[in-house]
Amino acid sequence: MSEVLTPVNPVEPFLRAERMPHIWCPGCGIGTTVNSFARALIESKVDLDRVAIVSGIGCTGRVAGYLKLDSFHTTHGRAIPFATGLKLANPALQVVVYSGDGDLFAIGGNHLIHAARRNIDLKVICVNNLIYAMTGGQTAPTTPGAAITTTAPYGVYEPAFNLPALAEAAGASYVARWTTFHVRQMARSMQEVFAKKGFCFIEVLSPCPTLYQRRNKMGDGLDAMKFYKEHSRTRNGAPTGEVGLTRDGEIVVGKFVDRDRPEFRDLMRDRFTHQLGDRYVDDAEMAEHPHCGGEDGA
Amino acid sequence: MEADPRGVLTGVHFIDGDHACCEGALAAGARFAAGYPITPSTEVVERFASRIPTIGGTFIQMEDELASSIAILGAVWGGAKAFTVTSGPGFSLMMEHIGYAAMTETPCVFVNVQRGGPSTGLPTLPAQADMMQARWGSHGDYEIIALCPNSPQECFDLMIEAFNFSEQYRTPVMFMMDEVVGHMTEKVVIPAPDRIRLYPRRHTRKAPGELNLYEPEEDLVPAMAHAGEGYRFHVTGLTHDERGYPAMNARAQDRLIGRLQEKIRRAAESLALFEEEAVEEADVVVISYGITSRVAQRAIDMARESGLRVGKFRLKTVWPFPDAHIRRLAAGARALVVPELNRGQIVREVERAAAGAARVVGVPHAGGSVHRPERILEAIREAAA
Amino acid sequence: MQRGSVSILVERCKGCGFCVEFCPTKVLALSSAFNSKGYHPPHMVKPEKCSGCDLCGMYCPDFAIYGWKVTASGS
Repeated sequence: MSEVLTPVNPVEPFLRAERMPHIWCPGCGIGTTVNSFARALIESKVDLDRVAIVSGIGCTGRVAGYLKLDSFHTTHGRAIPFATGLKLANPALQVVVYSGDGDLFAIGGNHLIHAARRNIDLKVICVNNLIYAMTGGQTAPTTPGAAITTTAPYGVYEPAFNLPALAEAAGASYVARWTTFHVRQMARSMQEVFAKKGFCFIEVLSPCPTLYQRRNKMGDGLDAMKFYKEHSRTRNGAPTGEVGLTRDGEIVVGKFVDRDRPEFRDLMRDRFTHQLGDRYVDDAEMAEHPHCGGEDGA
Repeated sequence: MEADPRGVLTGVHFIDGDHACCEGALAAGARFAAGYPITPSTEVVERFASRIPTIGGTFIQMEDELASSIAILGAVWGGAKAFTVTSGPGFSLMMEHIGYAAMTETPCVFVNVQRGGPSTGLPTLPAQADMMQARWGSHGDYEIIALCPNSPQECFDLMIEAFNFSEQYRTPVMFMMDEVVGHMTEKVVIPAPDRIRLYPRRHTRKAPGELNLYEPEEDLVPAMAHAGEGYRFHVTGLTHDERGYPAMNARAQDRLIGRLQEKIRRAAESLALFEEEAVEEADVVVISYGITSRVAQRAIDMARESGLRVGKFRLKTVWPFPDAHIRRLAAGARALVVPELNRGQIVREVERAAAGAARVVGVPHAGGSVHRPERILEAIREAAA
Repeated sequence: MQRGSVSILVERCKGCGFCVEFCPTKVLALSSAFNSKGYHPPHMVKPEKCSGCDLCGMYCPDFAIYGWKVTASGS
């Protein structure tokens, strides 16, 4: 006689099952990143009641709405400043920003570099599908040269951002890149950042068969996955300046940066303690927001 | 509930409106502020930055007003009371998050120390030209609450009301100061903490698993929860159902937007803060708000000296617009005179509410200074004739 | 002796084929049958080779398949 040891899908407890099926296209990789994220939540043994997911707008922006955690679907580009306020108001939270390349690096680019500069304790997962997908396939700051988009019908000629290099230069404590082919490595990185203090950034290259690949005759989601398998090279510790992406070239993956910089709240506490001594009141040590009043306060 | 004593600087002070506004926020329990420097509002957050480390809380200078205006919303969902402060151009940048706060029913306060516009306009000089922007600035259909102080004392007092309204109705509240009120230094009396009544956060009494985050209570306002408490809720700016889940269809839109508007509309009478004097026997009532009310007072005094029967009505609550009170004034007076530091914004609301029952005379001014009282007096005389 | 198996939520499947392609022991194939949305879900063609590693579950972007280990019990 046999018995089932894993009777439910490990991702299932993290999903709002009543909202399934999700809106993502066949062959889209966003759901795959959610699988890795679920494994990371399990393995890291983080208190799930203390995890908050913050997304911006776009296909990846919908992740927040599917995860059964405290989750916020915010405005376009502003997931990081929302998350900044959330984290500062409740330092006990593990705040994860889960959004797309356009949201985080175009409209939200300024916020990303400043959050990295401050080294605020946010875990940023950027699903990079190289395109604005939700709106129908327009050029993103990540779209590689010569790719066809609806707003670059003759091919993109603007240079693209190298996301790991940008995140590192701005001050991120942890920078990694994987593709949706690298599900186990991705899960490990996601698990690592839960134990890492400071601004952490994980880029995950993901297929967009409908809006990116179809127009560029790059096949379907499975073709993208095979491409990742064949063209990825793991180079942990690679200088981020060398990991820029091209349309058809090698994809350097790995953990590029894992360094210790003082985190925002520690810097704040140190400065105020230095200047104010005992007069400084660290609200992280206070009972949770007594000034707000509870249900019985009226 | 009473105010947290740590935030209340009880005593008699000689401070300007910006500083008094900050003290009002602290007394109201605000423990998180995000801001970006912009004249003439910056003093509010400068004072907050100096005060908050010894009270317990956070000030963060964000990279722009877009960031400031949503960082405060994150802080509210993290459990804090929060506000941001800006002026014209920054207010324009914050519009999207006023809509997000209205849609997600996030209690918070946006302070706008108004200066001349449009665009960079007059950074150091007053105007009251953002009144319609405060009402309609974010896209879509919503109701808003806006308060308008006319003195440093009122910057303190009304700031507490602003937070109370935001908590009671779970809506962003616009605090519409102007450069003159912001920079005017006067006596400000801050009462003892036990004399300051605060409306507490409408936190749900339900246990995790039982809460529908957007299920309204009797007054159409839902109770909320904070992140990290085990509710595992979802908040979105998309049109949503009572669970908080996206529901993008005409029926869900009608239901949600209808409720968001109705919860404020049906409270219009209790939201209407105003000051009035001698309106019953008046031939002419001067309707004003903010700094202009103080110039109008001089004009009213001069008109009365010359024998005219002039009443005064000062709006402290500008939005929702107190239609019923304006109708009452229009029924009793021959004319309503509306001076304001713009080329005609609130005067149109007065015209709409008066609905032809009284003559409405605007006294427009493009900003950059206050009116000359003589200009308002002239309008009163003309209206009385 | 079968070491593992998979569960398939046929109605969630969008037929991307990730599970079939990346199964280390080639247990799966896309079925010729349709689900109600018109996609071909996977089915096990070599169940005896399944190790229950759940790599299919990690790849599936639609949360429609997962693997699990079976062990002899009742000793």
